[in-house]
Amino acid sequence: MLRFALTLLLFTLAFGVLSSSPVFSDLILAKVDRRIDLTSQIVRITTSLKVENAGSNPISEILLSFPENQAKHLAYLTATLNEGKGKGKASSGAGLPTEVVIPKDVPDSLTFYSLSLPKGLGKGESLLLDVLAVFTHALEPFPEKISQADIQLLLFQDTAHFLSPYKVMVQSLAVKLPEARVESYTKLEGTKLSGSELKYGPFHNIPPFSYLPIIIHFENNQPFAVAEELVREIEISHWGNVQVTEHYNLFHGGAKSKGEFSRLDYQARPYVRGASAFRRLVARLPPRAHSVYYRDEIGNISTSSLWGDSKKTELEIEPRYPLFGGWRTAFTIGYGLPLRDFLFESDGKRFLNFSFGSPINELVIDTLIVKVVLPEGSKDISASVPFPVKQWQETKFSHLDLVGRPVVVLEKNNVVPEHNEHFQVYYKFNSLSMLREPLMLIFGFFFLFVACIVYMHADLSISKSSASYLAKVQWEEVQATVQQIHNIISHCLTAHDKLEASLRDLSRTGDVQACKATRKSVDSLLKGVSKDLKPLVTFLQSSPQAAHILPKVEELIAKERDLQERLMAKHTTVVDCYEKKLGGREIENRIASNQQKITSLRQEVDDLMDFIDEI
Amino acid sequence: MAASDAPNGDVLIRNAFGSVLAFLILLLIGVLAFSIRLFSVIKYESVIHEFDPYFNYRVTQFLTKNGIYDFWNWFDDRTWYPLGRVIGGTVYPGLTLTAGTLYWFLHSLNIPLSVETVCVFTAPIFSAFASWATYLLTKEIKGVGAGLTAAALLAMVPSYISRSVAGSYDNEAVAIFALIFTFYLYIKTLNTGSLFYATLNSLSYFYMVCSWGGYTFIINLIPMHVLLCIVTGRYSSRLYIAYAPLVILGTLLAALVPVVGFNAVMTSEHFASFLVFIIIHVVALVYYIKGILSPKMFKVALALVVSIGLAVCCAMVAVIIALVASSPTKGWSGRSLSLLDPTYASKYIPIIASVSEHQPPTWPSYFMDINVLAFLIPAGIIACFSPLSDASLFAVLYIVLSVYFSGVMVRLMLVLAPAACILSGIALSQAFDVFTRSIKFQLPSLSDHSHIDARDASSENVVLDDTIKTDKNEDTPKERMTKRSKKKEKEPVEKPPTKFQIKKRLSVLPFEASIIAVILLVLLVAFYVVHCVWAAAEAYSAPSIVLTSHSNDGLHVFDDFREAYAWLSHNTDVDDKVASWWDYGYQTTAMANRTVIVDNNTWNNTHIATVGTAMSSPEKAAWEIFHSLDVKYVLVVFGGLVGYPSDDINKFLWMVRIGGGVFPHIKEPDYLRDGQYRIDSMATPTMLNCLMYKLSYYRFVETDGKAFDRVRRTEIGKKYFKLTHFEEVFTTHHWMVRIYKLKPPKNRIRGKNKKSKSKTSSTTTSKRKGTRRNPF
Repeated sequence: MLRFALTLLLFTLAFGVLSSSPVFSDLILAKVDRRIDLTSQIVRITTSLKVENAGSNPISEILLSFPENQAKHLAYLTATLNEGKGKGKASSGAGLPTEVVIPKDVPDSLTFYSLSLPKGLGKGESLLLDVLAVFTHALEPFPEKISQADIQLLLFQDTAHFLSPYKVMVQSLAVKLPEARVESYTKLEGTKLSGSELKYGPFHNIPPFSYLPIIIHFENNQPFAVAEELVREIEISHWGNVQVTEHYNLFHGGAKSKGEFSRLDYQARPYVRGASAFRRLVARLPPRAHSVYYRDEIGNISTSSLWGDSKKTELEIEPRYPLFGGWRTAFTIGYGLPLRDFLFESDGKRFLNFSFGSPINELVIDTLIVKVVLPEGSKDISASVPFPVKQWQETKFSHLDLVGRPVVVLEKNNVVPEHNEHFQVYYKFNSLSMLREPLMLIFGFFFLFVACIVYMHADLSISKSSASYLAKVQWEEVQATVQQIHNIISHCLTAHDKLEASLRDLSRTGDVQACKATRKSVDSLLKGVSKDLKPLVTFLQSSPQAAHILPKVEELIAKERDLQERLMAKHTTVVDCYEKKLGGREIENRIASNQQKITSLRQEVDDLMDFIDEI
Repeated sequence: MAASDAPNGDVLIRNAFGSVLAFLILLLIGVLAFSIRLFSVIKYESVIHEFDPYFNYRVTQFLTKNGIYDFWNWFDDRTWYPLGRVIGGTVYPGLTLTAGTLYWFLHSLNIPLSVETVCVFTAPIFSAFASWATYLLTKEIKGVGAGLTAAALLAMVPSYISRSVAGSYDNEAVAIFALIFTFYLYIKTLNTGSLFYATLNSLSYFYMVCSWGGYTFIINLIPMHVLLCIVTGRYSSRLYIAYAPLVILGTLLAALVPVVGFNAVMTSEHFASFLVFIIIHVVALVYYIKGILSPKMFKVALALVVSIGLAVCCAMVAVIIALVASSPTKGWSGRSLSLLDPTYASKYIPIIASVSEHQPPTWPSYFMDINVLAFLIPAGIIACFSPLSDASLFAVLYIVLSVYFSGVMVRLMLVLAPAACILSGIALSQAFDVFTRSIKFQLPSLSDHSHIDARDASSENVVLDDTIKTDKNEDTPKERMTKRSKKKEKEPVEKPPTKFQIKKRLSVLPFEASIIAVILLVLLVAFYVVHCVWAAAEAYSAPSIVLTSHSNDGLHVFDDFREAYAWLSHNTDVDDKVASWWDYGYQTTAMANRTVIVDNNTWNNTHIATVGTAMSSPEKAAWEIFHSLDVKYVLVVFGGLVGYPSDDINKFLWMVRIGGGVFPHIKEPDYLRDGQYRIDSMATPTMLNCLMYKLSYYRFVETDGKAFDRVRRTEIGKKYFKLTHFEEVFTTHHWMVRIYKLKPPKNRIRGKNKKSKSKTSSTTTSKRKGTRRNPF
């Protein structure tokens, strides 16, 4: 409290001196109405001025002055000409251009903004101006540290008189406070507190640079959410999506909490024990936002809800824990938006039209960095922002980029919801570039498969004469030969089956001639087969690689031959018997011994075939 | 030749078709292995699970940020305060390096995945690799069919899923792949005798050593197999090539890993391999001499060598035994010792015994973790014996040993799982082989009897159907062969011979029986699949840092751990020290980025005992211990409000035991009433006054007026008390994590101090002694 009083004293002294200095210009402020809105953490001062030119020269600029302690918190200043004569308050669209000026003969502790009027203000003319000044961090918590159960009290200081380099004829001040207790306020003449509105004035004929300090000490339990840093990344994909990712670094900017935090108290009576804390924030996202996520560096945060209609999407998020004064947290919100809502085309250029500030309500942002990531291959990039920002370009490498995506970076300090105006980023982009990455993938996989095919078909042995290579080649030949032998034997076996079948047919039909014909064809077939078999076996015998299979193969061939002979014998016997018209029982007896051997041989041959096939 | 050309081409095409089909099946198995592990991501979120994975994640973050050289030299000062930990030298780097490489690879392609994402999906990717490795290994043992079956079984075996769901970023995730792959390369070398594969085998072994302490399983199993082969007279040069390079190269490479270093030659775990290395050389020498000498001369030489050799061996053995016996643990590490003697840990090292995964498993856990495989294993063993080859001998040895080890420690169920899958794969494949073959051979003959007139058409149709069916089922070479012979039989217009089939039928099962058996087997496998999916979805996919419960009004999420860690990380000073029981050490360093006193790498028992002592001491003594450790915050986990059973009160007896093991003034009986652990009004005063009790139940009574603890299902003993040396600074939404701050030391007033000293001196002298022993 003492510090405050001291600074105020200094101010009064300084301005006391100032007020005696000569009149700055010929302008007169005929009427000043100020409204100060203290309902949230952001202080908004709306001033409507009636400016009259009392001098003889036309004037084209008007100076607005702010004391130093306010100027450094000034986040947003706009002045509009009010031509609607008070009624309807139809302000003339765009604000007047403002810029900081340092006039001569004024104390350093004042900062001046000059408003340039579109046309000079002639002698005796007057105009109406609406000025909106928005301040952040202008409310000071007092006491600075509170415990969990305490309410948060804030101090606000300003001047009751409008601080201006011009003479003010009539002025009044209204302060809108939140619907809560007012601890104390500076009482002046005609001060009235009605409900939550505090009124000062009207004051008449106040000289320039008059400063009458007032202090208001009041309760405010609004969320003091301050983002120390917010990085918004807006990534444009011409496949139809705008992806927005916002990294928040948030803290509670109100009175710092001290001592214990008891969950019990907080849960039992959250609005008494923990009134100053906030647990939820509401973000108004653009309509048709989809794939919304809310997480921090250690994972998803499950406490959020989302609903929306055709005009907006509302996302309510709760940090992991309720934020008490001075507590911090960090999180990320991401969402996708349809491209057609934000990307437009004009004179061969495309431009993105997007809002600058954060979608979260009543959030103060100390440093806001907006990054617009344009698709790879964009050219002629320029950004237009309705207020001054720092601007530069970066490159970002993302999915399968070769040269990187150009990034337009905009940085601004002290951002308030009033900055949620649209800005534009213009660029040129050839739609064919969109196909670059899919084509890259297609060709990548294509060449991969081609390489595989080439590898499978090429012989990559280093030395064609090495022992192991030769052995491998030989072994492959041996395998091929064995396979051939296998085929031939299985041919033989089918031939045998044919014979057996013919015998069975014989037993059914008694057609001896057909049976003989089959026999003949099988005979010729088997002869050809044995001819084929010879060179293969000799090859196997000559090859050292085949040493360990050779016995099996030879055994197989021998067995098969044996089987063949026995089968022939059986066949002959049966046919003979039929020709002799012997009885079925007789035939059975004659071939019985042979039949048994055939069965066992067939079994053995099959086993050997299995074995050889597995090689 | 012209006649044999056409069928040759046919065979080629069929072979190609078979391999393409096998490739496709393998691809699908890989997809299955990957996707069955994604339940956790779908049901919860893409997040790292449990405790150890958080440490690995943190190490990976460090690696990707600072590079490999800084990683080797990393001294971590955020843990084991004030001792710190040399991470580069005490961590198995395989997993971290794998994920780091993956990350670098992706980023070099400009695919901006975060480290976390890479870590979360490392385990599922490697389980796909592991199932492919299983295919290769089983193929070497019993052929393609068994390989595919085993790979499919492994892709979804619950035991392996439990350690490799997405987010379970632990050593085992890559180690099981390395284990199976090393075994595959060993068997491959054994089957081919190729030095190329032997070298690959050593490299794969090196990767395994990098990844997991379980590499000792390999370096003991392979020597055992070699020894068994030698004993059963299966020695061959292939065996020598498979083993000797592995020992030499493998040991050299293993010694390169900092955490192993000279342990690769100094500890008893590795002795078996060296012993067998000597033996195999002796045997090789004997075979060589046998080859160049005549049998008679050989007998003489044998007698000579054996007598001298025995003497030398005795001397060597004596020296080794003396060396080993001179070290207190006989050169074995505690965990390995508890493998050999299951009661060792509970007797001597409570810190190993306190970890639930080091306990012996219960019978239901076998059914839970390997399910029907447990019944198929014996069949697989039998299948391995007909015929017995070097490779199938290995499979048998592997299963026998891993069954033993899994019986000692739940954790090693993981080693059993691949063995169980391989043997069950063999069993299933052989069974299907037998049954489908018997069905196939009888189908045509059946139709033969019924449609004897129209047999030409019908029998061929049946055969065709049958071949198509088997194409879909299994693709073993045998069946391909039979198919091939079938096709050839079809070439002539005449029908297939019945006699041939009748002969075959003698060696096969009856038709009806085999159909029923096939149906039963399919049912069994279906049951297994259902169980696996259930286990993956319900039992093993919970990340354990986020808990959920279903109630009438929907899903409840308990995200208290992260709430507390987020609070710590944002609202305390960067260099503040946080004390908690060691379970939460890794998570605190990784998620809250605060210095902890002890963590899950339980390398310093005294330090853990100090924290245990503090938790089990009364408030003032505990404050002194914590203050001496520079601790600013104490974190306790309390489940009494919502009924979360694995909280600190339930772990408290271990704190007492471990603390009491080092500081004898903490006595376990002081905390037990008649040998029972209780916190209700019957509890001992020591229990009701210890710090853990107070921090857990501080102001608990005000929640419901009765202080009913939902985990212990009782009202607590002491309900109203105040904290004098600690203050509550944060409690999470469901009270699961409570964080207290140490109050600053009070200004000393001479007289008061003296008074309190004289008052308490008689009761607390012993305790003071204890705290003085505390090295900090």
